[in-house]
Amino acid sequence: MTVSKSVLVIGGSSDIGHATALRYAERSWQVALAARDTITAQRNADDIKARTGNDVAVHALDILETDRLAAFVDDLPALPDTVISVVGELGDQARAERDIAHAAMVMRTNFEAPSLLLGLFANAFAARGSGTIVGVSSVAGDRGRGSNYVYGAAKAGFSQFLSGLRNRMALTGKVRVVTVKPGFVRTRMTAHLKLPAPLTVTPARVAADIYAAAEESPRDVIYVGRRFWLVMTIIGLIPEALFKRLKL
Amino acid sequence: MSDLAGWGNYPRIPTEQLVPARAEAIAPLLAGRSGLVARGQGRAYGDAAVGMATTLTSSRLNRMRRFDPASGELTVEAGVTIADILATYVPRGFFLKVVPGTKFVSIGGAIAADVHGKNHHRDGGFGDHVIALRLMLPNGEIVTCSRHANAELFHATVGGMGLTGIIVEATLVLMPIETGWLVQETHVAEDLDAAMAALERTAAHTYSVAWIDCLARGRALGRSLIYAADHASAADKDRFAPARDAFPPQRRAGPSMPAFMPSFVLNPLAVRGFNALYFRRGARQALTPQLVHWDPYFFPLDTIGHWNRIYGPRGFLQHQCVIPAANARRVLAEILDRVARRGSASFLAVLKQLGDSHGLMSFPLRGYTLAMDFPIQDSLFGFLDELDAIVTAAGGRLYLAKDARQSRATFAAGYAGLDGLRDIRRCIGATDKLVSHLSARLGI
Ligand SMILES: Cc1cc2nc3c(=O)[nH]c(=O)nc-3n(C[C@H](O)[C@H](O)[C@H](O)COP(=O)(O)OP(=O)(O)OC[C@H]3O[C@@H](n4cnc5c(N)ncnc54)[C@H](O)[C@@H]3O)c2cc1C
Ligand SMILES: NC(=O)c1ccc[n+]([C@@H]2O[C@H](COP(=O)([O-])OP(=O)(O)OC[C@H]3O[C@@H](n4cnc5c(N)ncnc54)[C@H](OP(=O)(O)O)[C@@H]3O)[C@@H](O)[C@H]2O)c1
Repeated sequence: MTVSKSVLVIGGSSDIGHATALRYAERSWQVALAARDTITAQRNADDIKARTGNDVAVHALDILETDRLAAFVDDLPALPDTVISVVGELGDQARAERDIAHAAMVMRTNFEAPSLLLGLFANAFAARGSGTIVGVSSVAGDRGRGSNYVYGAAKAGFSQFLSGLRNRMALTGKVRVVTVKPGFVRTRMTAHLKLPAPLTVTPARVAADIYAAAEESPRDVIYVGRRFWLVMTIIGLIPEALFKRLKL
Repeated sequence: MSDLAGWGNYPRIPTEQLVPARAEAIAPLLAGRSGLVARGQGRAYGDAAVGMATTLTSSRLNRMRRFDPASGELTVEAGVTIADILATYVPRGFFLKVVPGTKFVSIGGAIAADVHGKNHHRDGGFGDHVIALRLMLPNGEIVTCSRHANAELFHATVGGMGLTGIIVEATLVLMPIETGWLVQETHVAEDLDAAMAALERTAAHTYSVAWIDCLARGRALGRSLIYAADHASAADKDRFAPARDAFPPQRRAGPSMPAFMPSFVLNPLAVRGFNALYFRRGARQALTPQLVHWDPYFFPLDTIGHWNRIYGPRGFLQHQCVIPAANARRVLAEILDRVARRGSASFLAVLKQLGDSHGLMSFPLRGYTLAMDFPIQDSLFGFLDELDAIVTAAGGRLYLAKDARQSRATFAAGYAGLDGLRDIRRCIGATDKLVSHLSARLGI
């Protein structure tokens, strides 16, 4: 008999976290969610149970309480095979320009806290000799734009952290690190924005791409929505002298 | 504020749109607002799901709550769609007792319109398979309604077109199926008498429906293909297609109509040609049973996304009436004759048998229902008023989920439950609070 593998989704109250956890549950993985808003996470857990028949555990976690992250990892009933962080906070760029506390919260939520937590999982996975780490970053981290550079800079930091972690893990053992860069996804985070329909994907699509890259045909960095890879490549090629004058 | 319409793209009306993330978020939105109505997937054709001031869409109330495979009882939030339920549970061997002709409807919408399938004469409406629902009243309070608790409210909400509150959750029963296939027989009927006889003859099958060629006239008036079907047993499936999967997944979405078609696309000549082809194909399959996948069987129109755009930017109307059995033959002939003589391009008409219904404002009654699509033209409205007069005189009525234009008199003549609904609305404080363009137009 094969024992089913286990996944822990951090940010289990989000739409992308829900869709990703469901994808894994449909493929018979044991699923646990970690979330600050445990009521919404429980709603997602109940949904996954109703759909698949599999029980889903919910753990409470405020990722900004970084001094408790080590205890969180230690106290888990079992170390999962795969850990996925979808934690993030878009914030309000205009506010972040005036309000240091808000800017710091955006930076910490997108960069500092998930990096620290995934770093702890990396150590534990390395000690065990196996594991897959998935970090959901964003295309916004590929180049700083005036309209959301506080969020973008934090995502850039997170992407670079994952890149370095992947390098370190690849040299030492069997732990894999996957960076996921969605473009536009129709979720709570973007419910108030008008997104360009041809470039916007569903959470289920992000989930399917995460599962494929993490578990089926291993990839290191993926863009969700192939078209976004092209868009970001072009944006990346614009010379800074010109780029700084664009309204983006 | 942005413009919103039903599936018929008529009328288009500006309204504030709210999309609450979960049930708890609704009460604060209700407070301080009036002229509001719930909306599911917007598949009602007319103005039922457009609020007078505000429209509250359920698309994010899309989580399932619990499922018991032993009893088939499934509890879901009201924004969960039939498409989602079937995609999830067909592979597990379950089906819904009642499905309408499109799977892109929400459970809230299916209850609010007490939708009927091709098995209404046997199995009743969608509401008959709802065990309980959680309804948010205009004051923000959530009550559980069932046949035993708050029964009056339950009966008014099934078929109540969103006018008794916002359904936030419902418990329904799924039925076990042996396969995700159907065994279908096609019958050819050369005229209306033959079509009605065939529907009666095939009533023992779980599903039956007639597609009428609306352009056939004279002796061929009512020329139809009748499709009768039953869920295939495992043995049926093995006999027809041993290699196929017993529970095939939903079909992939097909192409989508990219934009509104110019109106000449649907000219009578093109429709005549289409219908001739359709009937030749149907006649070829006549009487040889076929094994059909559940998705194209129940939802043939869903393969083309946004097919409503084919009717052009002015939109279209669907006229769906029910005629009590006793008068049906004569009255349907008269309606079809008028439609054929008008020569307007209605693709096909759908004729089904209906049984009794149990919601206060449910549409079905024992008899026959006829549904026809018409592109909007200035002359259409007067023509449909004439059809309404025939329907009313025969003791029939029009389906609110398809309506965008019937008169108050037609409505009041058809729906004996109207006064009861008004009383309940007064009692729960819904009269000014829950108002759709349909309810305002019809004086509900
Ligand atoms: C191609 C096609 C085929 C169809 N075939 C059939 C058929 O065979 N049989 C049949 O009966 N119908 C049929 N219909 C009509 C359709 O099933 C109904 O209009 C159904 O109500 C649509 O559900 P919806 O989620 O889109 O609701 P909407 O169209 O958004 O709303 C319909 C009504 O339900 C109310 N409502 C929606 N959600 C809630 C809620 N959460 N709480 C309270 N009220 C709510 C609205 O206020 C409105 O009055 C068909 C429609 C199409 C487009
Ligand atoms: N939507 C897009 O277009 C898009 C595009 C690119 C990248 N992304 C990224 O995708 C990820 C998921 O986003 P989403 O769109 O699904 O939006 P979301 O629902 O806002 O997801 C953000 C998640 O992060 C959690 N979170 C924030 N602060 C936390 C904290 N201190 N402790 C614990 N959890 C915390 C949120 O939990 P709470 O419920 O408790 O707030 C929520 O689960 C994010 O990293 C986002 O940056 C999204």
